[in-house]
Amino acid sequence: MDFYVAAIIQALCFGPLVMGLFLSMKIFNIPDITTDGSYTLGAVITAVGLSNGYPLLAVFVLAMFGGALAGCCTALIHTRLRIHALLAGILVMTALYSINLTLLGRSNMPLLGYRDLFTWFDVFAVSDYNTLSVLLVVLAILFLSMSYMLRSDFGIAMRATGDSESMIRAQGVNTARMKVYGLAVSNVLVALSGCLMAQFQGFTDINMGIGIVISGLGAVIIGDTLINFLKARSIPSMLACVLFGVVIFQSILAIALSAGVDANLLKLTTSLLVLIIVALPRVGSFLQLSKR
Amino acid sequence: MLQIQNISKVFNAGKATEVIAVDGVTLQLGAGSHTVVVGANGSGKSTLLNLVAGSTYADRGKVLLRGNEIQGMPDYKRSRWIARVFQNPLAGTAASLSILDNFRMAALRKSPKWIKLGVDSDFKKLVYDQVATLGMALENKLTQPMGTLSGGQRQALTLLMTVMADVDVLLLDEPTAALDPRSAKEVMEIADKIIHENKLTALLVTHNINEALHYGTRLVQMENGKIIRDYDKQEKLTLNHTEVISWFDYY
Repeated sequence: MDFYVAAIIQALCFGPLVMGLFLSMKIFNIPDITTDGSYTLGAVITAVGLSNGYPLLAVFVLAMFGGALAGCCTALIHTRLRIHALLAGILVMTALYSINLTLLGRSNMPLLGYRDLFTWFDVFAVSDYNTLSVLLVVLAILFLSMSYMLRSDFGIAMRATGDSESMIRAQGVNTARMKVYGLAVSNVLVALSGCLMAQFQGFTDINMGIGIVISGLGAVIIGDTLINFLKARSIPSMLACVLFGVVIFQSILAIALSAGVDANLLKLTTSLLVLIIVALPRVGSFLQLSKR
Repeated sequence: MLQIQNISKVFNAGKATEVIAVDGVTLQLGAGSHTVVVGANGSGKSTLLNLVAGSTYADRGKVLLRGNEIQGMPDYKRSRWIARVFQNPLAGTAASLSILDNFRMAALRKSPKWIKLGVDSDFKKLVYDQVATLGMALENKLTQPMGTLSGGQRQALTLLMTVMADVDVLLLDEPTAALDPRSAKEVMEIADKIIHENKLTALLVTHNINEALHYGTRLVQMENGKIIRDYDKQEKLTLNHTEVISWFDYY
């Protein structure tokens, strides 16, 4: 049972990440690979901040600021230098590996013994319940903030930028600047996920972001399937579907691991799971076509 | 109002694929005038419109609006004064956004988009009343995504969106090219009404000879990037369909 609670907690730690990917991939239509680097950056800044005794609030602010900077870099390379967003993201992600390593000073750092967000909140006797409560509050705040932002005039302009650039430019919006804001916000959320995950698992590792974009993508695709299935149109319902998607995705991985899948094969399992999620509708259409 | 002075645009300059799209065009559009531009494919009509809108920059020449040079200004800045209806109904509206959200952006054409909820009951009432004037029964579908509407409905709404904020110039780039004849007629009637009611300076590019003869106060023909014919309102009245068709016999 504890294993599944841990899986849910892990899914909630990924909550900000999938909201960020939803913003970059579904709202802006930009495959932002910066995610792998900015997730680790959030965790690295958290490790450096906590180990140096920075106030908890400052640690969160710095981690999110780092994510914003990474997102801005990718967006500026993409919009100013007209380099494809995928390549821009790969360039920033690669650069972030060295930056993360330099900041951390070594390949991993344990964080046990430092006072973090989860040890700060100590109400329930079972520590997992404390962690769960804190994460639910954090996610509720993010959910409400994102819902408000995306429904605001600024958010409508963001959504229109990803939908029809010609339309929104004709309405006086600088789409290049809007993409910078969008990827900055997206990577703020991704870095926040890294920050939360580092505190939850009690260590930061330089490789913890490898393949994280695939895990996030799997959750976003499940969320998108739910959005289409439920015909969800409002922003809050879409965000809720995406958050539900990450819980489903992490639960499936947890079930696979508890069924005896080797932990060393976790990334392979994740990739296969995402492949199945992406391919399933196409296989369905193929079978329907071959019946005709 | 709008002056186009000796404007030129060359694509792929210096390469084997070089195309002189617009070649030293000069055009003065008075306030409230409605100019129709016809010409064969590749004659430079749409490029001329893009040069005015700012989505393409001129290699040479000037564009002046109310006497102020705007040729160095990007399209999103020119949109404060210049509205545009695209050939593709999908380009003028955001499919995933509701009608209300599309109109909200149009209403804020000249204003910053802040993080505040602007689609309130007053705004809904305003859009309801505006959309009802179209007579397309779309006023009860304001929360529907724009993508669920037909091309004609989307073009009609795009036209209405252009006057949500005060603009001086309306550019129409073959607005009926992708529509069936009935929708095309409806859209052109709406466009004509909006141009007259709002006293807009309009520039319409079309391949449709009937539209070219029926609408507008001036008719211009382009060929090889140049203006080769220019008829004012009185001269335009003397033209007929067969005569205008004969302009294209060369092709």
